[in-house]
Amino acid sequence: MILIIGAKSDIAKKCAHEYAKNGYNLTLASRDILELQDFASDIKIRHNINVILKEFDITKFETHQEFFESLEKKPFGTIVVSGYMNEQSICESNFKESLKTINTNFTGAVSILNIVAKHLETKKEGFIAAVSSVAGDRGRASNYIYGSSKAGLSAYLSGLRNRLYKSNIQVLTVKPGFVNTKMTAHLDLPKKLTASPKKVASDIYKAVEKNKNILYTKWIWKYIMFIIKSIPESIFKRLNL
Amino acid sequence: MNLKSWGLYPKIKSKVFPLINKTQLSKLLSSNKEFIPYGNGKSYGDSALNENIIHTKKYNFFLNFNEGTGLLHVQSGVTLDEVIEVFLPRGWFIKITPGTKLITVGGAISADIHGKNHHIDGCFSQSVEEFTLMLGNGEIKTIKKNDELFYATCGGMGLTGVILDAKIYLKKVNSKYINQTTIKTKNLKHTFEVFEKYQDLPYSVAWIDCLSRDIGKAIVMVGDFRDDNNLDYKKDKNLNIPFMFPTFVLNKFSVKLFNYLYYKKAPKRIEEKKVSIDSFFYPLDKINNWNRIYGKNGFTQYQFILPKESSFQGLQEILSKIASSGKGSFLAVLKLYGKENKNYLSFPIAGYSLALDFKIEKGVFELLDTLDEIVLKHGGRMYLAKDARMSKETLHKSYPKIKEFLNIRKKYNLTDKFNSLQSKRLDI
Repeated sequence: MILIIGAKSDIAKKCAHEYAKNGYNLTLASRDILELQDFASDIKIRHNINVILKEFDITKFETHQEFFESLEKKPFGTIVVSGYMNEQSICESNFKESLKTINTNFTGAVSILNIVAKHLETKKEGFIAAVSSVAGDRGRASNYIYGSSKAGLSAYLSGLRNRLYKSNIQVLTVKPGFVNTKMTAHLDLPKKLTASPKKVASDIYKAVEKNKNILYTKWIWKYIMFIIKSIPESIFKRLNL
Repeated sequence: MNLKSWGLYPKIKSKVFPLINKTQLSKLLSSNKEFIPYGNGKSYGDSALNENIIHTKKYNFFLNFNEGTGLLHVQSGVTLDEVIEVFLPRGWFIKITPGTKLITVGGAISADIHGKNHHIDGCFSQSVEEFTLMLGNGEIKTIKKNDELFYATCGGMGLTGVILDAKIYLKKVNSKYINQTTIKTKNLKHTFEVFEKYQDLPYSVAWIDCLSRDIGKAIVMVGDFRDDNNLDYKKDKNLNIPFMFPTFVLNKFSVKLFNYLYYKKAPKRIEEKKVSIDSFFYPLDKINNWNRIYGKNGFTQYQFILPKESSFQGLQEILSKIASSGKGSFLAVLKLYGKENKNYLSFPIAGYSLALDFKIEKGVFELLDTLDEIVLKHGGRMYLAKDARMSKETLHKSYPKIKEFLNIRKKYNLTDKFNSLQSKRLDI
């Protein structure tokens, strides 16, 4: 069974199709499972698999242990897709928004993945994939609250990978560049650099199959971010990125 | 945006509103605009075209399936193609399917489509248990068999509201193959005899060579599902016509040649073989955008049906008219039909129907008007899902239940809310 956290997002829905297509049963966790009911029936019928819907709020840390215990079948793979992004200027002036960003993207993921990791360690097989972002590779003035929350997540996943390696558990850090989703619908994204949620999902599936550690999607972001990371801070601070 | 119908004629610029959910649709309908639902754009003429279009194709969740009864509940944008891909491997097939699987369930209901098994199983509405319909005021009604809105909506060309979801019965099958028998006939009389002889087989259709001197010479194909437990179905790869053919490519000579070769292809007088469901039911789906072969001006498909008693006489007259006009028809499909149903605007009546394509060119509309007169004289009518040009007088004369249809449009305040170029042309 594959557990997808933050199942209402566009990337999560495509991941659900990707795994269902390959014969996996699913547990879809989301704050609003009523809205996912038709989606779940659809995926169940189309791919002839089982789908369970579970209410889950990634920012309600205290509920996470109970949530995981309530899963009748424990997941072989867990994919965390939950994410929150508001405008940088709003986050700067409104700490509540900063906190929401950090709690959704970082603290919440840490909370649930601590629990999942502990379980997988006893099983000695399985995987964890979490959607971080290229924005976490370097803080930029235009998006550093979101970026730093994702940087935290990337660092966490890197440590987790190091820890779980001994237990034969794969940890995949997914770093999408631009993606056409509800979250970015208002932005005017450059076509060549923008992936569809379907592409991100199929890249995730393939990267898990190939036992990869870090996935940039589209692949070109690996090189873009390499350049961005190589710029000396003394120059970088003057740039308008 | 330029949404097109399959015939690429007529052309209109339209605003496209995707159907996302019920709340959004009801809000959309509360504006003072008029709309027409549009599924997958496979109706040939102007029945799904207007300035404001409700695009339903992405409203396509499978909602439920009952393994015991074969009852499938889907949103209206699901295509028959999707249903087959999901269910044929599990031993189920669409009960009534037209010559393309690339249509939505909503579209299948609206045109009350029929297929090669009409003489036995009737129209698509026969397989529909119930559906939900959003009226112009946002009210959602569940429509069951025998409701007046069922009779009006099945075949009602989207003019009674937006179909949201439907429960349809699938049929149990045990193969992805059809046992097909192909019979070459000499003339129209012989073709009719072959249809009658094989009428106990569920599927039958004939390809007629309209330009031949032997009027009604045909290749009749009949068949049924095999029973070989081979359900390992995967879609065939498609060919593509990547650009518009210049309009001169299809002419009297190239079509004659095609028809000659096609007739020649069936080697013996009677031949049996095992064919895939895709090549039996959907030979043209293999070529994406085949409508481009007619060129940028587009084409119209002329499909009429005549009552059985006047079929022979009428078809003789019409086929000789077409042969003498020399207007090219790439496809001419003849078929025997069963009983008429109760729906107000469903096309089929017991008799024979012929469907032919005409490239839009000088003189075509005049020719078709002449053919209309012959069809009317023999008590027949034309299919709305194909039509882009018939006159309102022709329609009102040939569909006797048009009054009931118009009454429903009035009764539920649909006349100002749902309109297509076709409904305005035909005054319905």
